[in-house]
Amino acid sequence: MIKISTIFAAGLLAVGLALPVAAAEQGAHIEKQHWSFAGLFGKYDQNQLQRGFQVFREVCASCHSARLLSFRNLEQPGGPEFSEAQVKALAAEYTVVDPEAPEGSRKALPSDAWPGTGQSDADLAAAFGLVPPDLSVIAKARKVNDAFPNWVFNYFTTYSEGGVDYMHALLVGYEEEVPAGTVDSQGQPYVLPDGKFFNEVFPGHAIGMPPPFSDGQVAYANADGSDVPAEMLTADQYSKDVSAFLMWVAEPHLNEHKSAGFRVLTFLLLFAALMWFVKQRLWRKVEH
Amino acid sequence: MATESNLAHTEQPNAGRRDFLYVATAAVGAVGVGAAVWPLINQLNPDASVLAMASTEFDLSSVAEGSSVTIKWRGSPVFVRHRTQAEIDEARAVPLNELKDPATDESRVKEGHAQYLVMVALCTHLGCVPVGDAGEFGGWLCPCHGSQFDTAGRIRKGPAPTNLVVPPYQFLSDTVIQIG
Amino acid sequence: MSAHESNYNPTNPVEKWLDERLPLVRFAKATIIDFPTPKNLNYWWTGGAILTFMLAVQIVTGIILAMHYTPHISMAFDSVEHIRRDVNGGRMIQATHAVGASMFFLAVYLHIFRGLYFGSYKAPREILWILGVIIFVLMMGTAFFGYVLPWGQMSFWAAQVITNIFAAIPIVGEPILHLLRGGFAVDNPTLNRFFSLHYLLPFIIAAVVGLHIWALHVPGNNNPIGVEVKSNRDTVPFHPFYTMKDLFAIVVFCIPFAWFVFFAPDILGHPDNYIEANPLVTPPHIVPEWYFLPFYAILRAIDFNFILDSKLLGVIAFGGSIVILFFLPWLDTHKVRSGTFRPTFKWFYWVFVANFVLLTWYGAQAADMKIIGGLTVADTSKLSVAYYFGYFLIILPLLSRFEKPKPLPNSISESVLKHAPATN
Repeated sequence: MIKISTIFAAGLLAVGLALPVAAAEQGAHIEKQHWSFAGLFGKYDQNQLQRGFQVFREVCASCHSARLLSFRNLEQPGGPEFSEAQVKALAAEYTVVDPEAPEGSRKALPSDAWPGTGQSDADLAAAFGLVPPDLSVIAKARKVNDAFPNWVFNYFTTYSEGGVDYMHALLVGYEEEVPAGTVDSQGQPYVLPDGKFFNEVFPGHAIGMPPPFSDGQVAYANADGSDVPAEMLTADQYSKDVSAFLMWVAEPHLNEHKSAGFRVLTFLLLFAALMWFVKQRLWRKVEH
Repeated sequence: MATESNLAHTEQPNAGRRDFLYVATAAVGAVGVGAAVWPLINQLNPDASVLAMASTEFDLSSVAEGSSVTIKWRGSPVFVRHRTQAEIDEARAVPLNELKDPATDESRVKEGHAQYLVMVALCTHLGCVPVGDAGEFGGWLCPCHGSQFDTAGRIRKGPAPTNLVVPPYQFLSDTVIQIG
Repeated sequence: MSAHESNYNPTNPVEKWLDERLPLVRFAKATIIDFPTPKNLNYWWTGGAILTFMLAVQIVTGIILAMHYTPHISMAFDSVEHIRRDVNGGRMIQATHAVGASMFFLAVYLHIFRGLYFGSYKAPREILWILGVIIFVLMMGTAFFGYVLPWGQMSFWAAQVITNIFAAIPIVGEPILHLLRGGFAVDNPTLNRFFSLHYLLPFIIAAVVGLHIWALHVPGNNNPIGVEVKSNRDTVPFHPFYTMKDLFAIVVFCIPFAWFVFFAPDILGHPDNYIEANPLVTPPHIVPEWYFLPFYAILRAIDFNFILDSKLLGVIAFGGSIVILFFLPWLDTHKVRSGTFRPTFKWFYWVFVANFVLLTWYGAQAADMKIIGGLTVADTSKLSVAYYFGYFLIILPLLSRFEKPKPLPNSISESVLKHAPATN
């Protein structure tokens, strides 16, 4: 018989062979944040998504597209959940190209996709050195490199927030001056190329995007018009909110999956237990 | 063919408990199978991007009297006809007993907006798009099998069994309608 | 069809009528109800049922995804996102298919390693084993074609790298490369044919699975002690004993499966595949899906010229690592099947398992990563490649001649009675 202990020993042997190298992970340290949508019972924070949308709209959207986002998404359950009227009014502020419309363009409808930056790719590339990436699924296209053995635990904690952790760290990771002692891949003192900005987290440190946020830049407002506490109006908070918003843009049905997953797991555990008793009862009188 | 000696089939004393366990397990299993199969069928239904197009708004002021436009609603063409007074009078003069699918002209338009006729532009016979301002009744003529409709879009002649369908719509203002 | 007779006696006239014309019920009863199965099978023997279940899951979810997917380079990426965003329940169906590929491979590896330990490839089950290896190869092809379809960066560069493997073949390599790609580079024709093949192959797999099960039913199951069934006392009918045990195993298997599908659907994938394919930029660190890593490590470990150039040698090693499995029944000719009664074999086997896990890990690392001192992954992984081949080509043939096995029980029932858990 294969004994569990033997398998365990084989596993240990493999891990032991792998261990000497485990330390050699590289890249800046990224501080993991607490996200409302993390873990088994995670849910998006509707208010945070609304704030994040405001940041996205007022800051990011002037240079970044989000072609997979539609206005109608903003009212669907599990998202920012703006009202139908709000979304309609919001869409009407934008113009979209429509060959069937009399003038070749018309006011956007909730069913339309987010209209893009309004700037041509060539202009954007000229300004930043490359076209800023589309943000539709950016939250899932980035990650945090976890050293062994931490990544093993991720399978058990269902850690899927590497993208937002990276994004938040990137957005607040700017330095005005190249920090003393920074070296490039050859070990030479780091020289920042012209037109680039120094970012602690960005691979290679030279990023084309200027620091996007400053404290107080986006004026959050409560629904009743009252003032928002000053600690909410920080670059750090904007970064968190917009990262959460972009996570929702990338994974709009997350709330739904997680609650469905909970029901499925409950069912499977119950069914497995019943099947175990069935199997035991069948085999009780058989020597095996 | 296993030997009888091995089989624990005839386990009389506990039969009731055993049956309950088997029945309960089968029931739970059936619920699970049902719950798993439903999404596999439901995915065939119209998706969110299709449903988002389920209602269309249209500004009637762009349609001149005596003309019609064709717009798209749920992927199908819809006629919006701005009727002349003569067309309305003609439709209202027809006695109901002459009609194959009796319906008053009033029932086919919104009150106070009798000049606007909104209809799904698909022949009720087999779904071709009828041609406007044609046929013996001054309305529409289906090119496929010759069904003829009058100025209220009612079937008057030919194989189509019913009048052209009026979609659900409402006036949002004097000139804007929302279909669907 | 199978070696065992059915004891099906239709009484109902309709059943009789059907039985005389198409003995479908008789066949089903013989193969999945009455089929005499060794009574000492452990949970490693539930792999077949789990794999059949996974094949069905993949085919059903795959057919559904194909209803919504567009195999065109300008639309493929967005159509997959459309499935995730707009199609009713689409995210869960898509996640089931993507995670399902990983779970399928997890199950097939457990199934293969069970066969390797218990000598399930030995006579009279050579054909059964060979059909299994064919299924494994077809699965690898299907998984590769499927991985290209979302048309992300990893999809594109996987297609690029894997098709390039064929360019290593002398003389005809270049024409074959163009033939596979339908162009000079991976492009729309490549995507279209991969979609077609990805739809086709699972049905071929299903057919070979049919043969695999047929070949199983001729000699019957191997079992943990590797002693053939001697009498009826050694077996139980497949139903309900193994149908219910297999069903239990499938439900348990679904727990981690659902865990990933619902709570971390992307954790087994790579973030770069959420960037649309760009033929002008290669991602900094490309790796295959985890289930290809051991073979990828073997391909990459050969970085030296020896008579042939390193690229061709790498491809030969890569292909050889799978082709060698076909010859296994004739490499390990030891008369004892089960590793349980082979004290020396057991050690080499577990080192082989650990070595395989290590190869998986090597495959995920950058080739120039330092391991010990100045040695890199590229250096030390050669040792693992050597053991992989050495196990099949040297260790198993030598053990076949020289290993002295422990005494075998006379029969399954005898071994069962010896350590029967009376309190069950």
